[in-house]
Amino acid sequence: MADHLITVRVIDREGQAHTLEAPTDMGLNLMELCKSYDLPVKGTCGGMALCASCHMYVLSKHELPPPSDDEVAMLDSAFFVQTNSRLGCQIRLRDDLDGLEVQLAPESE
Amino acid sequence: MGMNSKYIETDIIIIGAGPVGLFAVFEAGLLRMRCHLIDILPQPGGQLAEIYPKKPIYDIPGYPSVLAGDLVQNLLKQIAPFQPGFTLGERAETLERQADGRWRVITEQGTVHVAPAVFIAGGLGSFEPRKPPISNIADYEQGRGVAYYVRNPEDYRGKRVVIAGGGDSALDWTIYLANEAQSLTLVHRRSEFRGAPDSVEKVQQLASQGIIRLITNAQVVGLSGKGHLERLSIQHDTEGIFDVEADYFLPLFGLTPKLGPIAEWGVELQDGAIAVNTFDYSTNLPGVFAIGDINTYPGKLKLILCGFHEATLACQSAFKVVNPGKKLSFKYTTVTGIEGLPAKAPA
Repeated sequence: MADHLITVRVIDREGQAHTLEAPTDMGLNLMELCKSYDLPVKGTCGGMALCASCHMYVLSKHELPPPSDDEVAMLDSAFFVQTNSRLGCQIRLRDDLDGLEVQLAPESE
Repeated sequence: MGMNSKYIETDIIIIGAGPVGLFAVFEAGLLRMRCHLIDILPQPGGQLAEIYPKKPIYDIPGYPSVLAGDLVQNLLKQIAPFQPGFTLGERAETLERQADGRWRVITEQGTVHVAPAVFIAGGLGSFEPRKPPISNIADYEQGRGVAYYVRNPEDYRGKRVVIAGGGDSALDWTIYLANEAQSLTLVHRRSEFRGAPDSVEKVQQLASQGIIRLITNAQVVGLSGKGHLERLSIQHDTEGIFDVEADYFLPLFGLTPKLGPIAEWGVELQDGAIAVNTFDYSTNLPGVFAIGDINTYPGKLKLILCGFHEATLACQSAFKVVNPGKKLSFKYTTVTGIEGLPAKAPA
């Protein structure tokens, strides 16, 4: 990738794939990236792992930093959770995540 | 009205006692307007006090770093001269305009607040129980078998109870109700629990003694019963779906921020936030303003410092609502100092 730019593939809740270009030198996380592309990710709590509105499934084999206690706790009380569930707001975009593929989890109340 | 019904008159009703609501008291006070704050939480400070009091904030001008809890304490000190009133631990339920043009806000406990101006500073909204995605769950709410809080443990004496969740509240109520209920089943999606180790151990013990039934790697996926809950469908990761007879189901999955009753007040919403005019952060309702994280406008940033600015500008317009016909002159605190408001005589 050139100039700290990576590509992330996001599959929305209708199954539509979106290819997003993401800078890695701005401290963006995956929730913020999706919001900036107007994908239906609410990010209600602003990225504090408090609401699970950015719940996603990681489809690609990228090695992600393990979830923090806060994220584990949040996922524990979220719904539609699978073994590949993560909160987008806790995934900081880095150069080694080029080609990352995620799917938005269903919305819950 | 509830048992605690009280009547409060003020100049500005502020819904939400987070940092932005608190600072609005200061700016209103400079303009000699009195404020009364309402918050669902039992203490002022909003998320800062409730969720991250020990976390540092780095973008408050003049503070290289300040703990969220300390910022709240400082704000309370800063507004103390203006003697704000507080209705804490109550949720603002309704907003209605009276015949005299003033606004009336009533809490779920029946406290009535009346003022010419209202600032909605509700942040993320109110924290409400997370409800599992079961299509007919609402049919069994309100005393028909599903409850998201344990209000009165006596209700469950001699009943068949199913609790779902893996955190402290699920574990604590499992332990508490184990001896009250006729039967108690705890359902958790994983096999590990993240609650306090002591509680986890106690629950395992109750299960191995046969006092409770513990079903892990499973979720409640269906509810049935005529008029009242009678049965739950539980889906196990490997064993498929089976039924459990139950009188009560307590899904205890923590709290999630919701806009709540605000959505019913007639303020114009956009993407779950209140649309405002950036001239003065007014909403579509005359005399009603929205400041802080709860509002939205082109370029909106959810920052405390932006909320402070919004509160300041909203006060300028609120002055005209509170004091029709009066002239407003702008003064610097450095020039005039802070002149507090006298304590209000009890109504």
